[in-house]
Amino acid sequence: MSITIIYTIISLSALGVLAAVILYFVAQKFKVIEDPRFDEVEGMLPGANCGGCGFPGCRGFAEAMVKADDISDLNCPVSDAEGMQSIAKYLGHEAVAAKPKVAVVRCNGTCDNRPKVNNYDGASSCTIESALYAGDTGCSYGCLGLGECVDACDFDAMYMDPETGLPVVIEDNCVACGACVKACPKNILELRNAGPKSRRIFVSCVNKDKGGVAKKACAVACIGCGKCFKECAFDAITIENNLAFIDSDKCKLCRKCVAVCPTDAIHELNFPVRKPAAPKKPVVKKEVPKEDKA
Amino acid sequence: MLKTFKKGGVHPAENKFSANAPIVAAQLPKVVQIPLGQHIGAPAKALVKKGDAVKVGQLIAESSGFVSANIHSSVSGTVAKIDNIIDNSGFSKAAIIINVEADEWEESINRTDEIIKDLSHSPETILEKVKSAGIVGLGGATFPSHIKLMVPPGKKAEVVLINGVECEPYLTADHRLMLEKGEEMLIGIKLIMNAVGVNKGAVGIENNKLDAIKHLTELAKNYEGIEIVPLKVKYPQGGEKQLIKAVMNREVPSGALPIEVGAVVQNVGTAFAIYEAVQKNKPLFERVVTVTGKSIENPSNFLVRVGTPTSQLIEAVGGLPDDSGKVVSGGPMMGKALGTLNTPIGKGSSGVLVFKEEEAVRRLAQPCIRCAKCVSVCPMGLEPYLLMTVAENKEWERSEEERTMDCIECGSCVYTCPADRPLLDYIRLSKTTVGGIIRSRNAPK
Repeated sequence: MSITIIYTIISLSALGVLAAVILYFVAQKFKVIEDPRFDEVEGMLPGANCGGCGFPGCRGFAEAMVKADDISDLNCPVSDAEGMQSIAKYLGHEAVAAKPKVAVVRCNGTCDNRPKVNNYDGASSCTIESALYAGDTGCSYGCLGLGECVDACDFDAMYMDPETGLPVVIEDNCVACGACVKACPKNILELRNAGPKSRRIFVSCVNKDKGGVAKKACAVACIGCGKCFKECAFDAITIENNLAFIDSDKCKLCRKCVAVCPTDAIHELNFPVRKPAAPKKPVVKKEVPKEDKA
Repeated sequence: MLKTFKKGGVHPAENKFSANAPIVAAQLPKVVQIPLGQHIGAPAKALVKKGDAVKVGQLIAESSGFVSANIHSSVSGTVAKIDNIIDNSGFSKAAIIINVEADEWEESINRTDEIIKDLSHSPETILEKVKSAGIVGLGGATFPSHIKLMVPPGKKAEVVLINGVECEPYLTADHRLMLEKGEEMLIGIKLIMNAVGVNKGAVGIENNKLDAIKHLTELAKNYEGIEIVPLKVKYPQGGEKQLIKAVMNREVPSGALPIEVGAVVQNVGTAFAIYEAVQKNKPLFERVVTVTGKSIENPSNFLVRVGTPTSQLIEAVGGLPDDSGKVVSGGPMMGKALGTLNTPIGKGSSGVLVFKEEEAVRRLAQPCIRCAKCVSVCPMGLEPYLLMTVAENKEWERSEEERTMDCIECGSCVYTCPADRPLLDYIRLSKTTVGGIIRSRNAPK
């Protein structure tokens, strides 16, 4: 064996040992002692890394939970109530049951309800289309139908209905992470309380034009007539910029607004088929909030 | 050899069908819709209300901020209402709607054809008149002109550069204006030169308008300091920065304004409007609009009152042909497709272009083949394919680093792309997003 090779092996080994020693002392000096609970809590989380909690991934959320004194504001939308409870218990906090939420599509401008007035042939992206112009229908607020919300969904909870040209939320898969809400340039998607037995009432329209203009563009647009506002006994409906909005925290699901809406802009979901006679129970409750209001 | 800008550029088919059609006044519409936001900046504030009688040239909306412009009535009649109308891009925008009853002008406006050569106005008077006449850049960007005429402190203007390039195919409005109102335009240029305090002016004209070059060169002999510069035909020479490079051989730094290199750039239409405002007291309420297209029977140049519906102009050239696929406001390269033909002509509308169906079709985007044609034609020296990719991936910081804000949206990259990629769509998206990020970063906290 040539002497060169031997020298090489010896010098490299010596360098390696030296580097190992330096690294050992550096590692000791700059050692970061991490709270072991971070790993534990992260393990209890679903690991979807969807960002629905508002933190960068599940690790970020776990760190925030461990560090927080009060975890009532922190909620992982993907975890069920049990999961969150077990984390709260592990961290020694009271568990606060967050109301489960679900995404709803606030546009019912199907091809029949909202005829096209021009053709869009640009890049297939809602954000680009909305940056260029109002859209290919008369309604400048409604769904553009290019499916950016569907692309944003990591949970297979949305699809585009080819017949209506609108996105549909599959409730069972939706974890209310809010990715679709962020993706939509028209702000059509909204996270609402899932409601008892998944029953929900919402205004399926975001058009802020005056009644006549809105109605001309779309047969099922909210025209801001205020009938629902007058009908609502629970102060749950507000009308702003010719558009009604139902507060899902205040709504008692009496369905009266649905009945009076002249354009069928208010939708009810997962309710049993309506009986011919209107339910009378909510009438009793009606008095209390009204006095509060006065 | 003729002058031109160095970097990039394309040469689309010129199709200037209406080059020999003299400017004729368009028929007065029955109703005009005058949008309150016809310029870059804050929309004007309406001064009239429903039922008011207005005359031609009457101030009906006043400038509502530093970057804003006055708006004058283009017709005489009664204000029907102030309501939202659908604008070029399909959104509702406030507009003053006037029922046209007669054609009674304000007495202060000089309606004679006499050419007034009086150049004794002080810079302040010129500036004041330009401002009150509501003049904006008529090349299409509609930036309020009086701001351009105010040279910021510390900067020095050296040359007034007039843009008679009209590099957009099809459009001939500026060409006809130079031929028919050459003398007035030159006086307008003199006024601009006086206003910014320089004694050098140059008019850049592309070499496909030989008659205009000849006519103006002849006239310019009587106007000291104004030079007519013939330029090689190349798109987008009408871009401010390209024009400065072509005529003055100076390069405007990234993110800077032309005044940085001593240039004040105005369009020929603006120069004529300034002449009318200063010498004849006529506010800006009408402009030359080219109505053209391959299937249009008589492509024409109209003198159109602001607020006239686009549909009326199309009627005037023989109606919308059956094979129409798209109607564009402006030229084919930078114009905006219209969603509805009821939108009114504004101060910035230089043309109405009707595309045939087969021309209007946007072919399906194919994968990028890395031919770098877009890079070689980009007049700003950007890499459009890269800007599109980073915009697709929403890498906004990278977009900013790659100078997406320098894009002038000329569309040369899309024009040249063999794979029909929607490059400009994505670059526009990154420009709006990055612009928003920059604004929020610079906002006072």
